[in-house]
Amino acid sequence: MSYNWNWGVLLQDPYLGWLISGVGWTLAVSAAAWVIAFALGSIVGVARTLPNRFVRGAATAFVELFRNIPLLVQLFLWYFVVPELLPEDWGRWVKRDLPLPEYTTAVVGLGFYTASRVAEQVRSGIESIPRGQTLAGYASGLTTGQLYRYILLPVGYRLIIPPLTSEFLTIFKNSSLALTIGVLELTAQSRQITEYTFQGFEAFTAATVIYVVITLSVTAAMGLVERRARMPGFIAGGR
Amino acid sequence: MSFDLGVILDALPFLAQGLGLSLLLTVLAAAGGIVLAVLLALMRLSGFRALRLVSAAYVNFFRSMPLILVIFWFFFLVPLIIGRPVGGFYSALIAFTLFEAAYYSEIVRAGIQSVSKGQVAAAYATGMRYGATMRFVVLPQAFRNMTPVLLTQAIILFQDTSLVFVVSLRDFMTASTIVARNEGRLVEMYVFAAAVYFVICFSGSMWVRRLQRKHAT
Repeated sequence: MSYNWNWGVLLQDPYLGWLISGVGWTLAVSAAAWVIAFALGSIVGVARTLPNRFVRGAATAFVELFRNIPLLVQLFLWYFVVPELLPEDWGRWVKRDLPLPEYTTAVVGLGFYTASRVAEQVRSGIESIPRGQTLAGYASGLTTGQLYRYILLPVGYRLIIPPLTSEFLTIFKNSSLALTIGVLELTAQSRQITEYTFQGFEAFTAATVIYVVITLSVTAAMGLVERRARMPGFIAGGR
Repeated sequence: MSFDLGVILDALPFLAQGLGLSLLLTVLAAAGGIVLAVLLALMRLSGFRALRLVSAAYVNFFRSMPLILVIFWFFFLVPLIIGRPVGGFYSALIAFTLFEAAYYSEIVRAGIQSVSKGQVAAAYATGMRYGATMRFVVLPQAFRNMTPVLLTQAIILFQDTSLVFVVSLRDFMTASTIVARNEGRLVEMYVFAAAVYFVICFSGSMWVRRLQRKHAT
C-alpha cells in the first residue's frame, strides 16, 4: 500500500474552512430537523394513544408511511416531486423563491422521517405508564386534555429520555444524507477535500473524529439530564 | 403534467436488475453482519476484559458514524489496500457488513442474555465446554428469541442499501434515478421507487409482527 501522508492538509486554507463550515451545516440541519421531528413526532405519538379511532388510524398511517420508505427516497420526493404536485403558483414559489432550497428540503425531509420514529417512542412512553394512573386521573375528574397535560406527558417524556437521545443522534448521523441534494455538510466536505487533494485518509479521519466526539458529548450530556429528571421509585434507577 | 406509466413499464427489466442487487446486498450483508455480530457479542460477554473492551469500542465507534461516511471510507480504502480497483459492490458489501455488525451485535447480546443462566450451568454440569455450550445450548435458544428483531434490522438494512447511490452502485435507487434523469420523468420514477420500497418493507414488517405473535403464544 503506497500512500503519501500529509496531515497538514487539514489545517491548510481553504480545507480547514471547509471542515468548519461542514460541521456548521451538519449541526444546522440536525437542530432544525430535530425541532420538526420532536414537535410533529409528539403530536403523532400522542394521537396514537387517544381514544378516538379515526385520529389513531391517521396517526398510525403516518408512522407506517414514513417508516417504510428509505430516507433517501423521501428526500428525493420532497426535493423533486413535491414541488411538481403542488398547485401551480405554490410550485413556482417553491422552485424559484424558497430561501436555501436544499437546506430547507433536507430539514423538512429529515424532520418528517424522524417524526415517525419519535412518535413511536412517545407512544411507547405513554403506554408504559400503568393504566391505573389514567383511571385515577379520570376518576378525579380530569378531562382527557388535562390527563395528558398533568399526568401522562410529564411522566412519559421522562421515561423516554434515553431513546429520544438516540433518535437525536440518529438525526445527527442521518443529516449526512443532505449531501445527496447538495447541502455541503461535514461528510460532503470531507469527500470534497478528498477529491481536491487525494488525502482521503486525513479528510475522512477528520470527519470521523468530529462525528464521534459530538456523539460522545451528546450522550454524556443527556446522561446528566436523565439523572436529573429521574423519578424516584418509578423506574428502578434506569441502568 | 400527466403521470406516464409507460416510462416505468419500459424500464422494468433495468429496475428489476437494480432491485436484485439491492436484495443481494441486503442478504449478504445481513448474513455476514450476523456472523460477525455473534463473535462481537461473545467477546462482549466473555470473561476477558481486553475482549470486552475491543468489542465495546468497535460497536460504539460504528454506531457513532453516519453510514454514508462508512461507505465513502471503504470505497476509498478497499482499492488502496488491495492495490487495484475492485468495483463498488465489494467495497459496499464490506462497509455494510462491518457497519451492520455493530447494530446486530447489540441484538445478539440481548438475545444471549435472554437465555436463562440455568441452561448454561446445566450444560457445564453435563461436561460440555464453552464452545459446545454456546453452539448446542445457548445460541440456538438465543436465535429463536431474537429472530423477529434480527429480521426487523434486516428490513432497515434493506432501506439503507439505497445509500449506495452515493457511490453510483446500480441498486434499485440508482437505477430509478438513471431512468428518471434519462427520460426526464422524475415524478413517476421516484413515486414508483417509493411505492416499491414501501410495499416490500411494509409487508416485511407485517410478516415479522405475525411471527412475533406466534412466538409469544
